[in-house]
Amino acid sequence: MIKEYICIVCPRGCRVNVDENLNVSGNQCQRGKTYALNEMKSPTRILTTTIKTTFQDMPRVSCKTDKAIPKSLLFAAMKIINQMTIDKSMYIGDIVIENILDTGANVVLTKSIKESTNEEIYFSD
Amino acid sequence: MIDCIVIGGGAGGLAAAIEIKRLGHNVLLIEREDKLGGILNQCIHNGFGLEIFKEEYTGPEYADKYIKLFLREKINYLIDTTVIDLYKEEDIFIVKTSSETLGIREYKSKSICLSTGSYERTRGQISIPGDRPYGVITAGSAQRYINIDGYMTGKRVFILGSGDIGLIMARRMTLEGAKVLGVAEIMPYSNGLNRNIVQCLNDFDIPLYLSHTVTNIKADDSNHLKEIRVMKVDDSFNVIKDTEIDFQVDTLLLSVGLIPDIILLDQLDVEIDPLTKSVKVDQSNQTSIEGLFVCGNALQIHDLVDNVSKESQRTGKAIDLYLRNTNHSNKKISFIPGVNIAYLTPQYIDFSNPNEKVVVSFRPKKKIEKSLLKVIQNDRIVYEKKKMFLLPAEMETIELDILHFDENQPITLELEVIS
Ligand code: SF4
Repeated sequence: MIKEYICIVCPRGCRVNVDENLNVSGNQCQRGKTYALNEMKSPTRILTTTIKTTFQDMPRVSCKTDKAIPKSLLFAAMKIINQMTIDKSMYIGDIVIENILDTGANVVLTKSIKESTNEEIYFSD
Repeated sequence: MIDCIVIGGGAGGLAAAIEIKRLGHNVLLIEREDKLGGILNQCIHNGFGLEIFKEEYTGPEYADKYIKLFLREKINYLIDTTVIDLYKEEDIFIVKTSSETLGIREYKSKSICLSTGSYERTRGQISIPGDRPYGVITAGSAQRYINIDGYMTGKRVFILGSGDIGLIMARRMTLEGAKVLGVAEIMPYSNGLNRNIVQCLNDFDIPLYLSHTVTNIKADDSNHLKEIRVMKVDDSFNVIKDTEIDFQVDTLLLSVGLIPDIILLDQLDVEIDPLTKSVKVDQSNQTSIEGLFVCGNALQIHDLVDNVSKESQRTGKAIDLYLRNTNHSNKKISFIPGVNIAYLTPQYIDFSNPNEKVVVSFRPKKKIEKSLLKVIQNDRIVYEKKKMFLLPAEMETIELDILHFDENQPITLELEVIS
């Protein structure tokens, strides 16, 4: 039995086939092979979402898991992230939740949030 | 006097401004929102940057990279500032702006780089029959409400159009607890990237109804969306009888295409391409008006931000040449989209232009498995290349050398289907 996957590692979206002996074909690069084999055993995804903040001018700040986590845990992870609130300045890449659901992945900010997010007006004439 | 005013502080404007400044010119960038980064700020999903950084970033992370480079160059910029008027007097562009802090201002510039992005097609533009209730919004607006402002737009959702923003919102709303009942696409194939079909629809068992469209919208007593009707269409997009499926939903997201936002050019007599719905340009992305350049989604709709950055950097380089070269004669020939080409840019090749390399972007008219791409001049094939798996959803680029062409005859690009 041959299984077909569409590789999601890059926008090219190759059709990758895996046969019963785990031979992989159709991938244009090595990452596609890793993806297809992983997709058969235990599909994982990077989760991207937002976290509530107490800052009026930025009520939400974006975040992601720094590694892919099992697909089956996406909703459980959302539940944990949705219980959080950020109330102080933090920077892009800062860890907000360590080792979420024991997956080995941290939830990190993908945007900085500062006490005053008003950027100064730089132009002078 | 400013050398170049860049209008728009998203991916396109940032990359162009950085390049022009680095090449020694003084630049002013004007952004309407209170933050730089443009639409990337609300695109919190990942998949950006693979071409440029060889890494996968989210929209805000990708924007952050460019904003840091931009700030390091000490480029003058205005945020929270809207351009309300743009016109040309003799050789000089006049840009009128309005902002809460500075009021109405006027700036003069030798050149303009317009990178104002695009807007979404709305219900009016595709004329869906029925009531006009609350709850029918574009996918991009919903994305802004959820990711920036932080509120949900509904609990039971249907999506019309399989553009990438719609697909990404199907996943986003599902993760936030909504039920997405399906995506209808009038074409027999999806308009989004394959990878988004997989990770946004298949991952969450959201059905994709190809060759289907929304044929009616019903409101409840308080004028909120209550029900939509979806029907199958034939090859010529006529609705097929007895194929109705009704969905009880409170939100209908429209993801039916983007249109370049070039409204600022209304006062300038600039040549338009009905295919791209933007301006016609030469290989420098210069329009029919000398000194006026357009890049990013304002020029053509891109599916990858990496391509916007690359195109805008190239435009920045071209603006540098323009500013340094006072002799602007042009010897332009037309570059025409032929068989199976939906559109192409640039629409002109300028032989007096020092840019000998022409980066051509195009989309095929339909899905083509195997094809031969041909560039033809005077019935002679000047360039030929095999292309596999072309899709209208995916923009293609090729590079041509103008030295191979004759300066007087138009050039045609076509795709011959082979088996
Ligand atoms: S196999 Fe390689 S080239 Fe093909 S989609 Fe996957 S990552 Fe991209």
